[in-house]
Amino acid sequence: MSTESSVEEEVWDKGPVDERGLLVEPTLRAARDSGRKLLVGYVTGGLPGWIDHLAAMVDAGADAVEVGIPFSDPVMDGPTIQEASLRALQAGATPPSILEELRAVDIPVPLVAMTYYNVVARAGHRRFARLLVEGGVRGAIVPDLPLEESPEWERAARVGGVETTLLVAPVTPDDRLAEICARSHGFVYGVNLMGVTGERASLADSAGILARRLKAATDLPVVMGFGISGPAQAVDAAADADGVVVASALMRLALGGARPAEVGAAVAAVRAALDGS
Amino acid sequence: MSTTQPGLPTQHGPSTQQGVPPVRMAEPGAGGRFGDFGGRYLPESLVPACLELEAAFRRAWNDEAFKGRYHALLSDYAGRPTPVTACDRLSEELGVRVLLKREDLTHTGSHKINNVIGQALLTVDMGKGRMVAETGAGQHGVATATAAALFGLECVVYMGELDTERQELNVFRMELLGAEVRPVTSGSRTLKDAVNEALRDWVATVGNTHYCLGSVMGPHPYPWLVREFQRIVGEEAREQCRALLAGKDPDLVVACVGGGSNAAGTFAGFVETGAQLVGVEAAGGAAMARGIPGVLHGMRSYLLQDEWGQILEAESISAGLDYPGIGPEHAYLGSSGRARYTTAEDAEVLDALQLLARTEGIIPALEPAHALAWLARACRSGEVPAGSTVMVTLSGRGDKDAEQVMGVLKGNRS
Repeated sequence: MSTESSVEEEVWDKGPVDERGLLVEPTLRAARDSGRKLLVGYVTGGLPGWIDHLAAMVDAGADAVEVGIPFSDPVMDGPTIQEASLRALQAGATPPSILEELRAVDIPVPLVAMTYYNVVARAGHRRFARLLVEGGVRGAIVPDLPLEESPEWERAARVGGVETTLLVAPVTPDDRLAEICARSHGFVYGVNLMGVTGERASLADSAGILARRLKAATDLPVVMGFGISGPAQAVDAAADADGVVVASALMRLALGGARPAEVGAAVAAVRAALDGS
Repeated sequence: MSTTQPGLPTQHGPSTQQGVPPVRMAEPGAGGRFGDFGGRYLPESLVPACLELEAAFRRAWNDEAFKGRYHALLSDYAGRPTPVTACDRLSEELGVRVLLKREDLTHTGSHKINNVIGQALLTVDMGKGRMVAETGAGQHGVATATAAALFGLECVVYMGELDTERQELNVFRMELLGAEVRPVTSGSRTLKDAVNEALRDWVATVGNTHYCLGSVMGPHPYPWLVREFQRIVGEEAREQCRALLAGKDPDLVVACVGGGSNAAGTFAGFVETGAQLVGVEAAGGAAMARGIPGVLHGMRSYLLQDEWGQILEAESISAGLDYPGIGPEHAYLGSSGRARYTTAEDAEVLDALQLLARTEGIIPALEPAHALAWLARACRSGEVPAGSTVMVTLSGRGDKDAEQVMGVLKGNRS
């Protein structure tokens, strides 16, 4: 494990951090323990109008929202989030521009950054953590940083006040699953299927199997994502877990020009289905 | 970085460095590290497949029966060993003694076949029935389609849409061989985006699919595995050079570098000799010269990227070198000083291609023409002293590029 550069520390350790934002894990645990199924939304930061979409998701009952920090080469993402990332980058989005926009609003639920490791590494670990915290984002998901490569970031995040959520895949063996659960913060992210993000016609069989393995292994909130396109699938995916992430289905609406109220209505429909289940 | 180092650097043979262990191209360190480079930066969904592949390769590479099958196919099917040709007329023109390692004479026309035969054997050993591959110029795609046909495997090749246009003939060759070519329309529509799509396919199909990566890049174990399957190029060449040079090694060993597989295979044969190692990138895709360390496609290496880590698009006349990164072991060889990396411009590459054609009756592919272009410039400037002996790996033949080169040259003349 290499130490971070002294230049980075000089620049980014100066001055008190203006800590903002709700912590992920206490908030989600409290909601889960009250008997509520968790609903996590997603919005690509920097897309024109994205803050309004984010606010609409929260108003419609999202318990947390992932904020995508776009990367040019998102290998875990299907066409919808690829397109959203590309449009955000074309609109000039950068990590500081996205987090600066978030500083201007008060979001009453936890926010979780979702990005790829080169974006984190290029900014510098401490600097990236500080950017997040000052923007009120207290969680991070970096899907191309598996267990073996993530300790350096995990430590910088922990010191900087950011909870790093790790992913578990259907093919993850039991010993790795246990270690991922032990090192994950905020919640543990179960990947429903073998594949990239994006809507699917039906929920994969692998989703329930993985959810049950995770619930048996950890007390962390277990949230399942990938391929959830609507209320019925959300209910199925949440049956054996604590909640779900809905991402591409919402971004498809946003990319198609939907108003925030329409995105909010889609979230509200999932919320109602989860609450009625 | 060594790219600005003027003239010939000091010799780096094992006996010349005191107190510093000599650079060797052996098994990478824990986690697939070459110094600060390499690693395995992959989604969790693909980590078990890479661990399985690493175990399968480690087992195979220590198994004489596997190696026997690999070498038998290379000789009986792919046409190895390839010769080293002493180029008298080119040597006279440049004032140095030029030897060419003739990978253009292999079956399918480039060094790519060496790696693909090895990976196809591993695919079968792992019980998988399908291969996916990325391709830039199409040579790796053609080689993968060839091996898939030979072993009866299903084969899908991802190729940037821009590359399918400039390498139309290779697309047809892959289809003739029974492969499906899927044009990639995202991003820069070149090699980088083809790798993205191949990874996206693999994550959804990994149970029955092997990703047959074509260069010394990507997550561990690929940079190591592909270098080992290409090592034969350098090991043959070293012995052939010694036979031609009365037991001596060449002063310089030169190869073109995109991801860097032919260079890695070549350098692996010479890294423990006193030869200076030179890798030549396309000026428009010069990750070593203009890149910054970062993480893409599973590896930490030098990358063309902006100040926030967005990957920049490489631009080169050669589809095979149109990649914004470089294999991690090259990043290590460059930063340690054992190899130096330099660049060639499109125009001088076209000149070098014609020079070799006219002096030796060999039409090189655009990729190795970069190595020749640098050599020609370095000989003219005196950077490579007159009378030096230089071994250049001619990684592939120029048939695939003939139409594109014709377009440029006739266009220039009219």
